[in-house]
Amino acid sequence: MADRTETGREAAGRAMTAPEVRAWFVREVLPLEAMLLRYLKHNWRDKSDIEDLLQDIYVRVYEAAKKEIPAAAKPFVFVTARNLLINRVRREHVIPIEAVADLDALDVAIDAPGPDRSAIARDDLRRLQSALDRLPPRCREVVVKRRIDGLSRREIAASMGITEETVSAHLTDGMCALADLLYGEGRP
Amino acid sequence: MSAKEIRAEAASWLERKERSDWSDTDQAELDQWLARSTAHEVAFVRLQSAWERTERLVVLRPLAQEPRAPRRISPLLMRVAAAGAVVALLGAGAAWFALSPRDRTYSTAVGGRETVTFADGTRIELNTNTVLRARMTTDQRVVWLEKGEAFFQVKHDATHPFVVMIGEHRVTDIGTQFSVRRGKKDVQVAVTQGRVTLDAPGIASQAALLTQGDVATATARSLTVTRKSQAALADDLGWRRGTIVFRHTTLAEACAELNRYNRVKLVITDPAVARRTIGATFRTSDVELFARVAEVALGLHVNEHGDEIDISR
Repeated sequence: MADRTETGREAAGRAMTAPEVRAWFVREVLPLEAMLLRYLKHNWRDKSDIEDLLQDIYVRVYEAAKKEIPAAAKPFVFVTARNLLINRVRREHVIPIEAVADLDALDVAIDAPGPDRSAIARDDLRRLQSALDRLPPRCREVVVKRRIDGLSRREIAASMGITEETVSAHLTDGMCALADLLYGEGRP
Repeated sequence: MSAKEIRAEAASWLERKERSDWSDTDQAELDQWLARSTAHEVAFVRLQSAWERTERLVVLRPLAQEPRAPRRISPLLMRVAAAGAVVALLGAGAAWFALSPRDRTYSTAVGGRETVTFADGTRIELNTNTVLRARMTTDQRVVWLEKGEAFFQVKHDATHPFVVMIGEHRVTDIGTQFSVRRGKKDVQVAVTQGRVTLDAPGIASQAALLTQGDVATATARSLTVTRKSQAALADDLGWRRGTIVFRHTTLAEACAELNRYNRVKLVITDPAVARRTIGATFRTSDVELFARVAEVALGLHVNEHGDEIDISR
């Protein structure tokens, strides 16, 4: 982060422990990912930047939370997103007119209610199931064997006639895809 | 470094961390990598939290798709050890029961799990609610499973056989990995690798030889040996990773199994409910999720009060 020179904890606000920050981030911020991605795609023309923008927003939010957990996650995340986009626009000397227009509309958007958490909990199992179903077949097979049948890397390799390295590759692909499906509702 | 590259690195760390040979050194390296940048930390937290949620996936898998573990059950398959393979020392065995100052006792609470590694390289994993006494000296390797369940990975030593005493029953290793579970009225021995012999005094005059895949159940009056696939054995040993696997398991059995691990007890009084089956994987501590699945997926009534969760129609 070029515009962030320190990450130390300040006296203001209660310093959060690492597990607290982590739990807050998982509970409050990650469920906003699908909405955040829609916002970014809508307001940024170069789609190849989206992943990096998302990461930068997460980093800023996470570092802020280490000092003090924001009272309301959703407005905080989206204001961070908007500021980041504005900084980018200035730095890169490009002025996407429609982006600016939409950025102004953001204030309204963040007042809208976020996803109902109890509804999320209710849908959790179904959501997980459909995420799993959407993995590529070989990848899904490896994930199921590892995660659900509890087989070791070696056992999976033997049962599928592939190398342990291939098993690992499927697993890492599966981990990335599941996170995208669960939080971001899948990448295009 | 791009977000994509960081993600790939985070996934590769997570995949390594999930393996069984993950060491303290590995953890220290991961901690360093995480501390190097918040981008690393965020990517890792995001992947790990999604991955951890997949533990809950299986509960919605339709039972029809449940891969049936091939269980070739041969009733009372008794293999008798070649005479001399085991030194039958039933009389001498009694002497071992005397407590000795060299003995050490290891125990776990309800829901606990513990691994003990001995100087000879033998590892013992204690499951929930288990008490185990061990005498590991230069000339004797004996453990007493007083209650509960344990998984043994024994460093073989032909001159000093490793012996597990479970009441009157005795398991002697011939280079192996096996688990022993002591129930109220029976003892179950499952061999995942190698061979063991099982002495069941009062039933057989000779020891039974158990090989890989054998599961022996011994009571005071009977000894049955069945054979299980590696996958089925791995299910039975799910507790070593903190999970319980149910495959076409009745709710009665499933509740009894979960109750071993938890202070909060699941109760089913209706026999019709008790007979229903379930195929699912749970964390041993996840009573709440089990209750929710019963409610949502099986359409049952769940009533929580105090330390009890009643499940009914």
